[in-house]
Amino acid sequence: MSTDVTDVRARPEPIKAVPVRHPGRWVSIAVLAVLIAMFVHVLLTNSAFHWRFLKESMFRPPVVDGLLRGTLLMTLCAMVVGVALGAVIAVMRLSDNPILRSVAWAYTWFFRSVPRLVLLTICGNLGILWSRVEFGVPFDTQLGKLFGISALHLRIGGFTSRDVFTGFFAGLLGLALSEAAYMAEIVRAGIQSVDPGQGEAAEALGLTRGQTLRRIILPQAMRVIVPPTGNETMAMLKDTSLLIAVPVTYELFFQLDAIGHKKFDPFPMYVAACLWYLVLSSLLLVGQYFIERHFSRGYGQQARARMRLRGLAAEQGGGGEGIAT
Amino acid sequence: MVRAENVHKSFGHLEVLKGIDLEVRHGEVCCVIGPSGSGKSTFLRCINHLEKINAGRIWVDGDLIGYRERGGKLHEMQAKEVAAQRRSIGMVFQRFNLFPHMTVLENVMEAPLRVRRESKAQVRERAIELLDRVGLANKVDTYPGQCSGGQQQRVAIARALAMRPKLMLFDEPTSALDPELVGEVLDVMKNLAADGMTMVVVTHEIGFAREVGDSLIFMDGGVVVEAGAPRDVIANPQHERTQAFLAKVL
Ligand SMILES: Nc1ncnc2c1ncn2[C@@H]1O[C@H](COP(=O)(O)OP(=O)(O)OP(=O)(O)O)[C@@H](O)[C@H]1O
Ligand SMILES: [Mg+2]
Repeated sequence: MSTDVTDVRARPEPIKAVPVRHPGRWVSIAVLAVLIAMFVHVLLTNSAFHWRFLKESMFRPPVVDGLLRGTLLMTLCAMVVGVALGAVIAVMRLSDNPILRSVAWAYTWFFRSVPRLVLLTICGNLGILWSRVEFGVPFDTQLGKLFGISALHLRIGGFTSRDVFTGFFAGLLGLALSEAAYMAEIVRAGIQSVDPGQGEAAEALGLTRGQTLRRIILPQAMRVIVPPTGNETMAMLKDTSLLIAVPVTYELFFQLDAIGHKKFDPFPMYVAACLWYLVLSSLLLVGQYFIERHFSRGYGQQARARMRLRGLAAEQGGGGEGIAT
Repeated sequence: MVRAENVHKSFGHLEVLKGIDLEVRHGEVCCVIGPSGSGKSTFLRCINHLEKINAGRIWVDGDLIGYRERGGKLHEMQAKEVAAQRRSIGMVFQRFNLFPHMTVLENVMEAPLRVRRESKAQVRERAIELLDRVGLANKVDTYPGQCSGGQQQRVAIARALAMRPKLMLFDEPTSALDPELVGEVLDVMKNLAADGMTMVVVTHEIGFAREVGDSLIFMDGGVVVEAGAPRDVIANPQHERTQAFLAKVL
């Protein structure tokens, strides 16, 4: 028996099945609701929070100053220096030159091993090591002695340590050097994630090593580099609270803590610090979203979906492309 | 145009090329066939110094590749000079290797802009002309990820041509493509050959070799086993290994 293939078949009835039940979901919702209710209850009824005091203190000038200079500006500067230095170290680490490679390795080894708190304390006390820092020919006095000139000084300038290695600069030094070590590892992983064929294609076109790195490799590595760098920025934002070890006093947490102790009411100030850090981190998340979107040009779901659509259109409409003539 | 003399190449203890000789004249198309692992890609990469050879000499258009002979001694070239030599040699890869973060047009414009420092308007005009020549004038603003394999390979050919090379190297340009897309890439290559471009083509497309090739070499185990006019070698292989290989691919 043969059937007519062009025969229009009746459309079957839509499926009406009893859906699978999820009793576990309802239980977990109930448990969560109770926990949240308890938490809100504490926030509203416990008098130790002193919400009004908290709100007033959060926007006091020294706190806001600490937030802008000690937390935000320091995060920005430390990350900029850290990323730049980290990229250089990553490139050194991947170079053919064995000396550069081992220097880069030693750098990351040292700065990833020492805790930031310790590092910041050391940076704040560099004045003990050198009371005055000067730039010029290294080992000039020793060289002078060798050639019989006493007290030879070949120096072009300098500064007194106490003026510089305290406060902002010392803090920046400690945080940026430490950050560079972590960024170096991130950038290295990013560069290594790029298909080696990309570098070959660029070199086969006659691009120099530097051009290949800047124009071809790094932009593609950014897709891998950006997300962990977002993490690093967030960690840096929080680690600025360690600046007290330098010491840097115009810093968000130090200022809130100081108010809390002066008024014999520290707890609301800790909550205020949490709130500020939550706000700042949320802003960072938004920034990260846009940066990630920028560096995923040419990749991603959207591009693939568009391609599928085009392919379909080409199949049906015959496309519009001929072969070379 | 290309002359190779006794080229040797080893990776560690593994000797991949064991004395390759080759002569390709101006405007000729030389096809290279051979089993997997016979060193075809390696030899092609040696021609533009992506691999350093251990012994022998390679000349392209009269210039020794990768070295300079001075006072009977060979001096290695600086990276910059090697880059300059590569500018006159175009290369097309099996896996396209287009730059995924740039549009099709930017892919073609990149090298002339950065390397030749020509004016942007001029480079752009020529890039569009080249894309038109490979039949992709309507794809200029798409990203490579949005193109089919055959289209990507044609972009890669246009990208190589943008540097106005004297020699084009193709490393199995069609073997990563779906069968129905092979033809469009081969057509572009045929036109290129008809325009007088000197080409060295590693390929498994025996039909292409017979139709377009001026010479054919069969490589196996790092040596050239047989060389000659494509028709003769394909129709009447002399060597036993060539016979065995051709029996499998034909
Ligand atoms: N960078 C490298 N390091 C070590 N060995 C390599 C390297 N590149 C290639 N080889 C080896 O050299 C030999 C020849 O490789 P080549 O890619 O030239 O072969 P081929 O003829 O192109 O093969 P195919 O047809 O599979 O592409 C292989 O055994 C391969 O494993
Ligand atoms: Mg190969």
